[in-house]
Amino acid sequence: MNTVTDPSNEILVDCKSVWKIFGSRAPAAVKAISERGLSKKQVLDEFNCVVGVADASLQVRRGEIFCVMGLSGSGKSTLIRLLNRLIEPSMGGIVVKGRDIAKLNAAQLRDMRARHIGMVFQSVALLPHRTVLENAAFGLEVRGVGKEERHQTARAALDKVGLTDWTSRYPSELSGGMQQRVGLARALAADPEIILMDEPFSALDPLIRRQLQDEFRQLTKSLGKSAVFITHDLEEAIRIGDRIVIMKDGVIVQVGTAEDIVTNPADDYVSDFVAGISRIHLVKAHTVMRPVAEYSAAHPHVDVGSLLRASPEADIGNLIDLTMQSDRDAIAVVDNDAIVGVVTTRGLLRSVAGHPASQATAA
Amino acid sequence: MNLEDLRFSPGTYLAPAVDWLNTNLHPLFRGISTVVEAVLSGIEAALVLLPPYGVILIVLVLVYFAVNIRVALVAGVALAFCYLSGLWVASMQTLALVTVAVAISVLIAFPLGILASRYRKVEQAIRPVLDVMQTVPPWVYLIPAVMIFSLGRVPAIIATIVYGVPPMLRLTTLAFNQVPKDLLELGRATGASPRSILFKIEIPSATPTLTVGLNQCILLSLAMVVLAGLVGAGGLGAEVTRGLTRMEMGLGLRAGLAIVAVAILLDGVSRGALQGRSSKVVRNA
Repeated sequence: MNTVTDPSNEILVDCKSVWKIFGSRAPAAVKAISERGLSKKQVLDEFNCVVGVADASLQVRRGEIFCVMGLSGSGKSTLIRLLNRLIEPSMGGIVVKGRDIAKLNAAQLRDMRARHIGMVFQSVALLPHRTVLENAAFGLEVRGVGKEERHQTARAALDKVGLTDWTSRYPSELSGGMQQRVGLARALAADPEIILMDEPFSALDPLIRRQLQDEFRQLTKSLGKSAVFITHDLEEAIRIGDRIVIMKDGVIVQVGTAEDIVTNPADDYVSDFVAGISRIHLVKAHTVMRPVAEYSAAHPHVDVGSLLRASPEADIGNLIDLTMQSDRDAIAVVDNDAIVGVVTTRGLLRSVAGHPASQATAA
Repeated sequence: MNLEDLRFSPGTYLAPAVDWLNTNLHPLFRGISTVVEAVLSGIEAALVLLPPYGVILIVLVLVYFAVNIRVALVAGVALAFCYLSGLWVASMQTLALVTVAVAISVLIAFPLGILASRYRKVEQAIRPVLDVMQTVPPWVYLIPAVMIFSLGRVPAIIATIVYGVPPMLRLTTLAFNQVPKDLLELGRATGASPRSILFKIEIPSATPTLTVGLNQCILLSLAMVVLAGLVGAGGLGAEVTRGLTRMEMGLGLRAGLAIVAVAILLDGVSRGALQGRSSKVVRNA
């Protein structure tokens, strides 16, 4: 799950300290915030305005799946709607593909949404009086693409999500999971670089949800799309996202990879979330390992070179498997033929339990 | 001060106003009269030109292709009843009158209804007017209408329109307010123009409620057209009035049932035509 592999590493969406303030006196509140640096509570008391998103900055790179995780009321839905200007920001700038979207006129904005930013909704939002094919072709239809061509493109998009045989059905005949596939096909048919996913799988049952998560990740990666994926489920964010943003009360609390967030939570709020998450496939050897010198000092009779070996990218699951294959109490972590650290059984157990690795060999 | 002086009599203001309108805007009313008369006579002539069974046959075929066989049969039976009760010409006159009145009502109510659903202020301004239009007994409209357009079909149509606009307008507003917000958001997020959103999302989603509105508009208009028999609008209303004044039970009953037949015909056809697409969805489901 490494994003830096993409050579271009181009930033598609750049969100620069964006604020959204709701309320009739929002402009005055914005002014007060920029001049006096009011807190959210002060804004509510003084202007009776609610801060939806406060000072959010983030960058989405090409080919990256970027998850925004937060509970209801955390401002995540507002944030995603700021990215395609369904909601106008009160302050700050959003640059999509190098263009400041606040400066686009109505027609340019429509064009930007039609060609570059797709969106998938939690409620799916299929048009009940249209067939699956017509629904999938909707984006192209409003863009003025001819019937023949748009149906062909929509059919191809439906193929990708596995609905080839359902094109002439109506949405009411489909299950929830299939409806959401149509929603995804509709977004893909327009071939945008960026797909905004607004809690698309939240209403589905767990098995279908998991299946769609995997399919979505695979599809997005194979098509090279970027996605901003909103969810209230940290496990989903970890499963899907290359990077994860955690939001609370409109503020971005932490940005990082799943491993960063799980091993290094920014505050108590994030640690509470992370507490229930299984680390087995998240945490890698390079996080768990301790310096060779530290191990040798504690175990002077053990030859480090004779230990079983693992790569720094091996996750805890792999390390456990390795440990079980030998009667030794440690594994050497090897990078480029050099032993860079040692993972002890005790250290493994500590990291599974969620304790910081730094004390792993202390006892 | 005498309390008697406080008595409210709008007639003392209204009558001069109508007089003023009559003297100053006579050419305008004359023009409206001529146009409405011409359209009405045209439709009526077309309906009476062919022999009754010819009309019935054409309606059967048209409705069969436009809607389905069931509605076509209902329409055919309703028309056959009008013919067999010996009130064919009167029925056709009423049909023409209602069709024109409803068409004009919809032309007025539909755009205003959309405006009212978009802008709160418009809705607030229209609502009391609608309340008054619906609570004043309908024959009261006939008085100024007759004063301006004199006796005949034109005042009848004007009064009918006044009566038919409110339900259509209210239900249009309701229908558009009920369009799911997520579908509107879909339209915007897809980059659809306001025009595309109106025609491809809002109107299709609003159709069921719009159908109810049209249906109410038709039925209330029909009731009003019958009442308009009092001012010489002809048609079935005139037959009912005649039955009433002469105490002819048979004629009154036949005319009354013919009105029911016309109502069933208009209701079935309008509903079927509007719901053609959505009923297909239901059938497949």
